[in-house]
Amino acid sequence: MHKTPLNKFHLEAGGKMVDFSGWEMPLHYQRDGHGGIHEEHHAVRRNGGIFDVSHMGRLKVTGKDSRRLLERVCTRRISDMQEGQCRYTFMANDRGGIRDDVIVYRVGEDDFRVVVNCSNREKIIAHIAEVQGDLRAKVDDVTLKTAMVALQGPKVMETISNFSKEIPALKRYRFVEKNALMFKVLVSRTGYTGEDGVEVVMPSGAVSLGMKMLMKDTDLDDPNTVFRPAGLGARDTLRLEAGMPLYGNDLGEDISALANGMSFALTIDKDEDEGGEPYVGMEALKKERDAGGPARVLVGLVLEGKRTARHHMKIMAGDSEVGEVTSGCLSPTLEKSIAMGYVDRGRSDVGTALSIDTGRTRVDAEVVALPFYKK
Amino acid sequence: MSTQADYRFTESHEWAHADGDVVTIGLTRHAVDELTDVTFVEMNDAGSSVTSGGSVGEVESVKATSDVYSPVEGEIIEVNEALADDPSVLNTDPYGAGWLVRIRTADTSPLNELMDASTYTGKYPE
Repeated sequence: MHKTPLNKFHLEAGGKMVDFSGWEMPLHYQRDGHGGIHEEHHAVRRNGGIFDVSHMGRLKVTGKDSRRLLERVCTRRISDMQEGQCRYTFMANDRGGIRDDVIVYRVGEDDFRVVVNCSNREKIIAHIAEVQGDLRAKVDDVTLKTAMVALQGPKVMETISNFSKEIPALKRYRFVEKNALMFKVLVSRTGYTGEDGVEVVMPSGAVSLGMKMLMKDTDLDDPNTVFRPAGLGARDTLRLEAGMPLYGNDLGEDISALANGMSFALTIDKDEDEGGEPYVGMEALKKERDAGGPARVLVGLVLEGKRTARHHMKIMAGDSEVGEVTSGCLSPTLEKSIAMGYVDRGRSDVGTALSIDTGRTRVDAEVVALPFYKK
Repeated sequence: MSTQADYRFTESHEWAHADGDVVTIGLTRHAVDELTDVTFVEMNDAGSSVTSGGSVGEVESVKATSDVYSPVEGEIIEVNEALADDPSVLNTDPYGAGWLVRIRTADTSPLNELMDASTYTGKYPE
């Protein structure tokens, strides 16, 4: 099993370690009988949390044709990205399903980083190699050479402003590369929690020191401490409240990229622009759009009561099955049972009354607008 | 170690404690730690009957939904209603305030077949 450079940190902090797609990662932390997923969740919403996200794949794409190569695998335009800008995009398959949802960083004219999902890393590297043909570009997998942490929460930027003026001045989806303590650090104003904050990539040999410095004022006995360690459990409930999809649940190879409602991540006619390129999946997506779009679309649901909707539960309208749940949790912030799932387009309007078949019982649910939680 | 010497433990991670013909059932510390934060508890109503090995209700957590099984046959005489309002009690005090149901049974002998505390904690360390 892979271990991140912060493995020792997790164990010392009481991390309850689990196998996440072949990586030993903390589900949550426990100390002196305290701790839990909800506690970490609230800490991030109220103050700030620090997540090890080193398991995410990090690729370096460089070379004369690197922009064109990414253009061919990403559903979103790369050509108009500025240096210092990052962008959320899908990588599609030739059926218009989603191979991965990724963030592309433009470091220079011919210099990019791509952060991919942990479980998709090998698949995406192979896919890019297949698409590359005779394009002149080089793809380096720097996942194991680097570490990545996410600092998320309303007090994070204020705390960072104690030692940096530049980072708090970053706009959303902008990043800066800096030399700090003799190593190179990439800081982007991005995240997966619905809170303000940053994600930081640094050499794996530097991350322990980096963590120590970031957490030098952390007092775990103080409920308001900023940079409380938080695990994958809180990461999942936070992202779900924020209406952000999880690959493998809400996105996948067999679900159309048109069905998730995130039209900003998709430019269907990208090839018609100057500098544009056709991309894998574009023809299928064009065809599907012109035929009226996907039969089922992603919606948010709020359930009656406190039961949790789980992946693959059926969504019903009366006695007809009209969809399937892809994610669900009891929202710690809203104290409501929330879920995402795909339903027949005719059942997707906000306010539509549906129900969830839990296998034992039926629970009433209503379609609501996403996100569930917004700062 | 908060488990009591006269508690008995199942392979499905319930604990059972007999007081005369009334058996109290709950989930072990190991079980609730595996479940992570408990979000919902629903036991069958008081007055309903249960078979040995039958479900007495379910516990939901951030991670999963799980049935709770009774090691004895009988009638549920009391349900821990406090858990409906605050299911997190199951995480903080699984052997005490986090008890789930009380069952009146004519036959407590199946409890003798279950693990004692040292066998259970030897097999499933906290």
